[in-house]
Amino acid sequence: MKPEEHLQPRLSLRGIEKRYPGVRALAGVDLDVFPGQVHAVLGENGAGKTTLMHVVYGLVAPDEGSMTWEGEPLRLRSPREAIARGIGLVAQHFHLVERHTVAENLALGFPDAPFWRPTRSLLPRLRAAAERYGLALDPRAQVRDLSPGERQRVEIVKALMQGARLLVLDEPTSVLTPTEVDALFAVLRRFVAEGSSVVFVSHKLAEVEVLADAVTVLRRGAVVGRRSAADGLDRRDLARLMVGRDLAATVADRGRARAAAIAAGPVRLRLTDVRVDAPGRAQRPALHVASLEVRGGEIVGIAGVAGNGQSELVAVVAGLRAPSAGTVEVDGREPGSGRRRRGARNQVDAGVALVPEDRTKVGVVGDLSVARNLALRHAHRRPFARGMWIDWQAVARHSQSAVEAYDIATPSTGTPARLLSGGNVQKVILARELDRDPGVVVAVHPTYGLDVAATSQTHERLLAAAGRGAAVLLVSEDLDEVLSLSDRVAVLAGGRVVATMAAADADPEALGLAMAGVAA
Amino acid sequence: MDVDVLVVATVARALAFATPLLWAALGEVIAERSGVVNLGVEGMMALGAVTGFAVAFTTGDVWWGLAAAGLAGMAGSALHAFVAITLRADAYVSGLSLTMLGLGLSALIGRAWVGRPLPDPMRTVDVPWLRDLPLLGPMLFQGQYVLTYAALLAAVVAWALLFHTRGGLVLRSVGENPTAVDAAGLHVRPVRYAAVLIGGLLAGIGGGYLSLAYRPSWGEGMVNGLGWIALALAIFAMWHPLRVVLAGLLFGACFTLAFRLQTVFPPELLTMLPYAFTVLALVFTAWRRGRHAFGAPEALGRPYLRGER
Repeated sequence: MKPEEHLQPRLSLRGIEKRYPGVRALAGVDLDVFPGQVHAVLGENGAGKTTLMHVVYGLVAPDEGSMTWEGEPLRLRSPREAIARGIGLVAQHFHLVERHTVAENLALGFPDAPFWRPTRSLLPRLRAAAERYGLALDPRAQVRDLSPGERQRVEIVKALMQGARLLVLDEPTSVLTPTEVDALFAVLRRFVAEGSSVVFVSHKLAEVEVLADAVTVLRRGAVVGRRSAADGLDRRDLARLMVGRDLAATVADRGRARAAAIAAGPVRLRLTDVRVDAPGRAQRPALHVASLEVRGGEIVGIAGVAGNGQSELVAVVAGLRAPSAGTVEVDGREPGSGRRRRGARNQVDAGVALVPEDRTKVGVVGDLSVARNLALRHAHRRPFARGMWIDWQAVARHSQSAVEAYDIATPSTGTPARLLSGGNVQKVILARELDRDPGVVVAVHPTYGLDVAATSQTHERLLAAAGRGAAVLLVSEDLDEVLSLSDRVAVLAGGRVVATMAAADADPEALGLAMAGVAA
Repeated sequence: MDVDVLVVATVARALAFATPLLWAALGEVIAERSGVVNLGVEGMMALGAVTGFAVAFTTGDVWWGLAAAGLAGMAGSALHAFVAITLRADAYVSGLSLTMLGLGLSALIGRAWVGRPLPDPMRTVDVPWLRDLPLLGPMLFQGQYVLTYAALLAAVVAWALLFHTRGGLVLRSVGENPTAVDAAGLHVRPVRYAAVLIGGLLAGIGGGYLSLAYRPSWGEGMVNGLGWIALALAIFAMWHPLRVVLAGLLFGACFTLAFRLQTVFPPELLTMLPYAFTVLALVFTAWRRGRHAFGAPEALGRPYLRGER
């Protein structure tokens, strides 16, 4: 619905400015959010979306600019003040205590919960919110047993029970299955239909197109465009605003063109009857792959909801974990067999590259410099290593060329990797892992949380690696990504490959059902 | 001697012995539940013991002494809180330093009082009504010091506060995921300060029990490793106040039996037993933790800085 001109905005931002050392995170942002409106804030990573949301929620104090809330000046010194006004945040990384129950997590958000037995008085309110918005939750369940979608529901219910009239959601769909996304959107629509407001932070154009009443596009901390659903939202137009240039033709077309060449390629990765037991229960393995082959030049996408064996699959292929049974062969032999096992090192030497799920914790050593991170994978080999010594000049030379080749935005090669943005950390990882043409590439959620430009760059890198003859195993929950990049798609559910199909023939709906564990 | 008389006597002595362990371990459970590990228990107990004795000796009133003991332990823990919470230094190093400091300082302070008995020490009392319970009465509620009964009560109070109040929920949340607490608009550091200070208070009272009641005197080495055992006890009890009581009785029974059976077994072996038991308990908890995701508060030992995940 389009807000009428005379309507007063619920939240209004004027000239919000936030500077960090060396960065202008927000450069004079104006934003008006009206009652009954879903307002999408669209932008690449590092465009300042999250900083802006933190300003609105009182986690970050702006250097300049003013805010008004329902006509009154708004100055926030802490999230508590934001909550008191009726602003709720569902952060990208949930703010939940894993080992507490749902009810305990909700009680934590209530300053007015009674001192004794704080969870008890919440139950009626929880039931009311659950019925009103169709958000079912078991208050006694421990959060660590919940799926990401259910955890998000806890966050939403918490904000609703706190009386939020403005709900800020930061990249809310990145952890959800397609069905869960639909359910979330239904909840949000019901919420705004009551006259409340939603700020929906995203870089997924398709979702913005479907859900938003108004769109504000951020680039490098500044507003570069506003669109209204009433005037029609166009995906290409939004993408152009967000990225600042037209996107290259979709990767899909190029991906399909290679299909013919692949059939002739040799099998570079072969899993035979690989089983990984969950700790303490061999009778129900966490992963049981009868057989999976990836040929050189081929990209095989692994679709599935998190926790259905993907992490175990990645771990055995990357050598982070030994399979309980079965074999993993790279180029026809098992890495490290017949020698003393050295874990992942065998895999590295056999030419297996890993682009891990957790970039900042597993992908790089945050406190080490970019240059050292770039050298980590081959630090035990020439030219970086000479016997037991490291040739720092070789490391420096290599990092210079890698930073240029991969267009890594970093103040210097000596900068600690943790100071880089997510997209640039991923570039460091890609530069390191794809160096020296690996035979097998395992990429896990390679574009999770990345903006459009970094995403397409990552896709191009993976396609290029396949083009040079690598077997690529792509694990992703993003169906569009899996379908556009992969030659074949394998669906994991309950630790088993429940379906395999050529990507060209794959039907998203059938895939979605297979992911959900529903037999096709 | 009848077996049940032996059992009753052993439990009663074990409880008397375990009292300082209970106080200190309860304090440590509270501190660690908020995510701050404090290895300074031994030092805080020593400070409590010497301060309590000095004040009780000077004023002639054990209750003033006890208050001073608690405050001395609290003062020691305040130092740790400042270093570990405000300055975000390594909590393990800071705690170890506190132990060294507490032991050294207590020896220095206590010079004038070494070898002098307390003229008017704490007296033993019975708990009315509960003393007449069969078996449990003579085990737990007869002829103990008030501080012993208070330790049992403190465990129940700590349990109720930690698990059934809003404050306890916030405290536990701070120890599990401080980011979530911050995002809920609550403050992390004041909660951690409070938990560490309460931990120091209880450790100081545990020390005071030694010098005012159990052995009403002061001597260097009086705490003699009890602080370390209290730390192990907190872990062995899986950070749960009620389990602290059970585990404390078990530990206390080890020491008591070591003393009682010294004619049967070599005393060195028996005095070693509780320490060996501690090691086994640690091994057991570590093993259990791996299997069942039991165990330590998630954020234990990690300073909180907004913006880090």
